[in-house]
Amino acid sequence: MSTTEVLVKELVEKNGKTRNSLMPVLQGIVHNEHFLSEEALLCVARELDLSAADVYGTASFYTFLDTVPRGKNIVRVCKTITCHMKGKDEIIKALGNALKIKVGETTNDKKFTLLTANCLGWCHKGPVMLVNDDIYPDLTTQKALEIIEEYAKDVK
Amino acid sequence: MENNLKKVDIIFEIDEKQSPLAILEKTVKRPADEIILDLIDSGLKGRGGAGFPTGLKWKFTRNEDSEVKYVICNADEGEPGTFKDREIIDRVPEKIFAGMAICGFVIGAKEGYIYLRGEYNFLLKNLQKKLDEFNAGMKKTGIDFTIYIKSGSGAYVCGEESALFESMEGKRGEPRNKPPYPTVAGYNSKPTVINNVETLVYTTMICHMGPERFKALGTKDSRGSKVFSVSGDTPISGIYELELGMPLNEFVDGFGDGDTKAVQVGGASGHCVPRKKFNDTIIGFEGIPTGGSMMIFNSSRSMYNVLHDYLEFFTEESCGQCTPCRVGCQQLLKGIEAVKRGERPPAYLDDLKKLTATMKIAAKCGLGQSVGNPFNSIIDNFREEIIY
Repeated sequence: MSTTEVLVKELVEKNGKTRNSLMPVLQGIVHNEHFLSEEALLCVARELDLSAADVYGTASFYTFLDTVPRGKNIVRVCKTITCHMKGKDEIIKALGNALKIKVGETTNDKKFTLLTANCLGWCHKGPVMLVNDDIYPDLTTQKALEIIEEYAKDVK
Repeated sequence: MENNLKKVDIIFEIDEKQSPLAILEKTVKRPADEIILDLIDSGLKGRGGAGFPTGLKWKFTRNEDSEVKYVICNADEGEPGTFKDREIIDRVPEKIFAGMAICGFVIGAKEGYIYLRGEYNFLLKNLQKKLDEFNAGMKKTGIDFTIYIKSGSGAYVCGEESALFESMEGKRGEPRNKPPYPTVAGYNSKPTVINNVETLVYTTMICHMGPERFKALGTKDSRGSKVFSVSGDTPISGIYELELGMPLNEFVDGFGDGDTKAVQVGGASGHCVPRKKFNDTIIGFEGIPTGGSMMIFNSSRSMYNVLHDYLEFFTEESCGQCTPCRVGCQQLLKGIEAVKRGERPPAYLDDLKKLTATMKIAAKCGLGQSVGNPFNSIIDNFREEIIY
């Protein structure tokens, strides 16, 4: 069995073999593998006895359930109005330059994916970004670059 | 804050003598119908934005004949400019749990779920810890109710209650046709009460302090207080619990930077109020209601950019299921871009306004129906900024 198959079986075991478990199972795979591969989606379909189209249909609806390969660390910079007003463009530009990628792309070493996100719920402390599940409010370009550097060192 | 705004401390108030679990224990000794009457009497309306009377929602669900019922806490806070639920979940989670359990007792449900947006996953660890303690506390005192957490995955539309149920059931978060309403057929097609985070805390506090103290706050149509998320061009952004029914000019006096041009009340799906209307605008159900989002813009801001941001947001977050919303959002965005570039005459904006009227009656859920709120209020009040 591949590691993906083992993971899916574990997640299905933990959450139960019902349709209602589909979200936690998909979330669990993304947590471990950073995206949903074709293999993972097919495996989920088999384990939960759903059609592959149903599983893909659900997965592709949700922004956080990526179906294309992503880096180990997913950076999401909030782009909604207040963060826009407080300078999210500069943050995105600085991160893009440092990582040498554009929004939507992944670095060659597969360490980082740079994305934007709709309102992250920190409008009073913008600009703000999520790195994986961790939140970083009150950003400056300097701060954003330092945070990324920490992740690059694999400290976090 | 040097002004007339009446600050309130109900949501975050910590009573050393009575924990939320103790309030719950005390409350479940009362007859369920009495609790409902108290809630109706208090005048509490949903704090997520739609403003349905909470007591009635509980009553309808209680009256449904079903073995299985559910209580769901809508913690899918995604409206741009809103961040109060995150703060409530972080600081007083037990008050949310207690409200859910009181509701469970009232309607006859044994299970409750908190649907937490994926963007707030960093809250999960602490929330789960506090929840485990609370569940254990309920078990010990013989309250037959258990609360679980479900996570979202980054879809704004899942804040719409029926889309939220779909998501919990492992499906695409596409809103359902209504009726049936959740009180009849919600999660797993069972009778369900779904309340906003803040609403549930108020139910706990109304059970704790009685409806009188709550009712004494606010106005006839907007009883009580509300947590506001204040952001934008203000020196004091943050969250504030204030009495409902305040005039917008008082709000701006208290929070603005002295150069306030407009306030977006109710988030991206709410209304944009220009300076000349501050004096005649009441924040409440009799005026402009809000889920709490108050975004302040000063004269340095281009309202074209603001509207453009909103429309981009809705275009991305529209679930795509119904045509009026899916195509409507795209066309509104393309439309203002075309007018700005001079490819369409200014009068085209009036055609776009007609499109929002169609969306209002033809879109399936609140998302598509409310895009006209920001669109029309910005076009009507800042037309020249959109054109030139």
